[in-house]
Amino acid sequence: MSENKQHDAQKSYLEETGGRKGIFKWILSTDHKRIGLLYLYSIMSWFFIGVTLGVLMKLELIAPGITIMGAQSYNATFTVHGVIMIFLIVIPGLPAVFGNFMLPIQIGAKDVAFPKLNLLSWYIYIAGSILVVSSLFAGGGPPDTGWTFYAPYSFKTGTNMLPAVLGAFVLGFSSILTGLNFLVTIHRLRAPGMTWLKMPVFPWTLYGTAWIQLLATPIVGITLLMVIGERIFNIGFFDPAKGGDPILYQHLFWIYSHPAVYIMILPAMGAISEIIPTFARKTIFGYRAIIVSTLAIAFVGYFVWGHHMFTSGMSGTALFTFSILTFIVAIPSAIKVFNWVSTMHQGSISADVPFLWAASFIFVFMIGGLTGLILGALAVNVHVHDTAFVVGHFHFIVFGGTGFAFFGALHYWFPKIYGRMYDRAWAKTGWIIFFIGFITLYGPMFYLGIRGMPRRYFDYLPDYHGPNIISSLGALVMVTGFVIIVINLFKSARSGEKAEMNPWGGTNLEWRIPSPPPLENFDEIPTIDKATYKYD
Amino acid sequence: MYSINPENASNFVAGVDLAFFIILGVSIFFLVAITAAMIIFIRKYNREKHPEAIQNEGSTKLEIIWTVIPLLIVLVMFYFGWMGWKPMKTPPEDAMRVKAIARMWNFKFEYENGKLTDSLYVPLNQPVILDLVALDVLHSLYIPAFRVKEDMVPGNIKQMWFIPGQVGSYDLFCTEYCGLEHSYMYTGVHVMHEDEFDEWLKDTTAVAPVVAEDASPADRGFQVLVKNGCNACHSSDGSKLVGPSYLGNWGNMRKVTAGGEKTEVLFDKEYIRKSIYDPNAEIADGFNKGLMLSYEGLVSEEEIELIIEYIRSLNE
Ligand code: HEC
Ligand SMILES: [Cu+2]
Ligand SMILES: [Cu+2]
Repeated sequence: MSENKQHDAQKSYLEETGGRKGIFKWILSTDHKRIGLLYLYSIMSWFFIGVTLGVLMKLELIAPGITIMGAQSYNATFTVHGVIMIFLIVIPGLPAVFGNFMLPIQIGAKDVAFPKLNLLSWYIYIAGSILVVSSLFAGGGPPDTGWTFYAPYSFKTGTNMLPAVLGAFVLGFSSILTGLNFLVTIHRLRAPGMTWLKMPVFPWTLYGTAWIQLLATPIVGITLLMVIGERIFNIGFFDPAKGGDPILYQHLFWIYSHPAVYIMILPAMGAISEIIPTFARKTIFGYRAIIVSTLAIAFVGYFVWGHHMFTSGMSGTALFTFSILTFIVAIPSAIKVFNWVSTMHQGSISADVPFLWAASFIFVFMIGGLTGLILGALAVNVHVHDTAFVVGHFHFIVFGGTGFAFFGALHYWFPKIYGRMYDRAWAKTGWIIFFIGFITLYGPMFYLGIRGMPRRYFDYLPDYHGPNIISSLGALVMVTGFVIIVINLFKSARSGEKAEMNPWGGTNLEWRIPSPPPLENFDEIPTIDKATYKYD
Repeated sequence: MYSINPENASNFVAGVDLAFFIILGVSIFFLVAITAAMIIFIRKYNREKHPEAIQNEGSTKLEIIWTVIPLLIVLVMFYFGWMGWKPMKTPPEDAMRVKAIARMWNFKFEYENGKLTDSLYVPLNQPVILDLVALDVLHSLYIPAFRVKEDMVPGNIKQMWFIPGQVGSYDLFCTEYCGLEHSYMYTGVHVMHEDEFDEWLKDTTAVAPVVAEDASPADRGFQVLVKNGCNACHSSDGSKLVGPSYLGNWGNMRKVTAGGEKTEVLFDKEYIRKSIYDPNAEIADGFNKGLMLSYEGLVSEEEIELIIEYIRSLNE
């Protein structure tokens, strides 16, 4: 591409307002970069609520008996915490924020294929979120079913669960539309010369994710509609008294929600695959293996939902199949880990902030994955299913995986997005405190689960007290780290040092345009002639 | 679990723990090895020491190695998981059967001779099959020391079985979230020597809480409520739980929904009787249908009289 153009004269997307003022610069703009930031700000706001609810739960569990709230409030708290975290944050998460911002740039396009649809998806997201959050305040009190809305409890409880379910249903549309948009963008808008195998890994993972969003989300849509029908019209799909089957609900729910785990984790893996080569100054090891394993995860991930139901009473054959597939789906993730670590081998590594997040991602993700193997083994699953062990496992995957990758990506692309650099010393301090807090918070849960403490327990037997204290203290440490990180980024976005075009020495297209990028990203669509991550 | 609970608490402990330790061992090995590699690379190839990276696009040989070897390892893990699990599904024919009944938020155990208890009593070294009955929503019966767990699904009676291998008392939890008092839905398993157990089983009166004959009718009514677990959903002090409080309604008009119509009925003996035997016929305003189940056959007419005495006494 034509490298050394005079970019300085161009206005950045942040200055280019399209004649709109104040908040309208944002909520009426169809620029993919502004939409990405709209998602960033909305997701971050919900995240504050989700974290606060999580901390309240940990405070409640610091001692047996009522500590700061009663059982009903606790049940509502873990439900709303789960719904917000899963449906409002980790599912949209990386694709909506960094996918929107970086995907067109990384493939050399001016915008996504359907910019207006893209903005509409954000509005749908906001509408769904508001519905979900309204369940907190209106009607018979916040929902208390757990984020899984298991039948038949979910249509017996007197709490206000309809808005939450309806909200999740609406959010599904946002997810489908974003997926569709990305699919078309990747198929149609790659710059000349960017063949599939020259495409960076992050767009590849968005591609795998988009297929899951498109194909799996309708199933949860139907399921949630069935729950609504059940509650309003008493149809009886899931009610044994009327000839229905509560287990049918679980199947429908997990057919979506298991692949949804991969909606959360694939783009996270994509972001890590961007960060590691950049900071090792080395081309990614096993590019093709990483791509193939991405697609393998997206595919095999459809067939393992039954591992959430090993004790629900399925046939032996079904359990055999689900268990063996669960073990097999671990392999592509292992391949990725091996390739990332090999990328570091003989590199020229600068352990800067994004790299620290990426390396710690690998560590916590391995713990999440390996405890997943323990859960995947039928005999052991019988023992630890529905205990604190499961809670530890999925927090290591979803928060440790997606969350660490999100923070890594944020620190990696921050100078590109805002054209400013953050304070690296503070960022490192925040990271290490966060990391220690994270391990202290979720680590004891494995032990508690093995000792038999069931999950979703407002109160527990005194035997379980010790590890719960450690876990609760860990939560406080982690939140301290989180606050440092956020304050640092927030201040730096306004007044940080000006960032260069390519502060980390990255090779992909986003590092060849100004920071922050101009409205249309490229004044001339680049032609790609080199493979991605080339350092020679 | 592994140190404080005896290794032979049930016949499944060995199989489950074997699978667990194999997977745990392999996992710790990989976690430590990969983390160590990462730390070594970060130090050794630090930019200061190693300013120029040595490019390497990958190696098909390595990719194959680290696909095939982990695949074999996880298949071994799967095998041990499967082997530990299979016996859980093949109960012996001659096992003793106990019906385990779950409702919000307690367990009841019914023995072949009709004896009914709040916690589970089983004889040492005898196979026991539990028939799992859930009356309202999903529950799950979990005995950590025995390594057994099975969901209890309304409308579908499932089985679980085990052979207790050690005399003692163990915890039994409900592990499927089932509403307000989920975390209080636990009881105990008591393993006894066989002769002791036989003695115990014969005596069908000893475990049912005895209501002192000389107590006042209202007090005895309260005992009936306690015995049947009504107070999980109903309070005596006016506070609203899952169901309405007993306090302050007696003799007043009660707003209810009956057959889809909103009406008012007198809160009297007949209303209470109906509320207990056919709770969904008249739904008290502001509360949900389907949560309270009929107690027909569980609470006798005489006991209802005592409950009424108790509710009435609250007005005084
Ligand atoms: C799982 C929770 C639950 C349990 C256990 C339970 N109930 Fe109820 N009960 C309810 C709910 C909810 C209502 C209100 C809906 C209705 O009228 O059916 C109710 C209504 C009632 C009413 C009518 C009260 C009014 O103010 O209108 C009476 C009387 C009653 N229950 C008695 C009992 C007795 C006696 C027991 C024990 C034998 C019992 N309940 C066990 C949930 C429960
Ligand atoms: Cu899953
Ligand atoms: Cu229960």
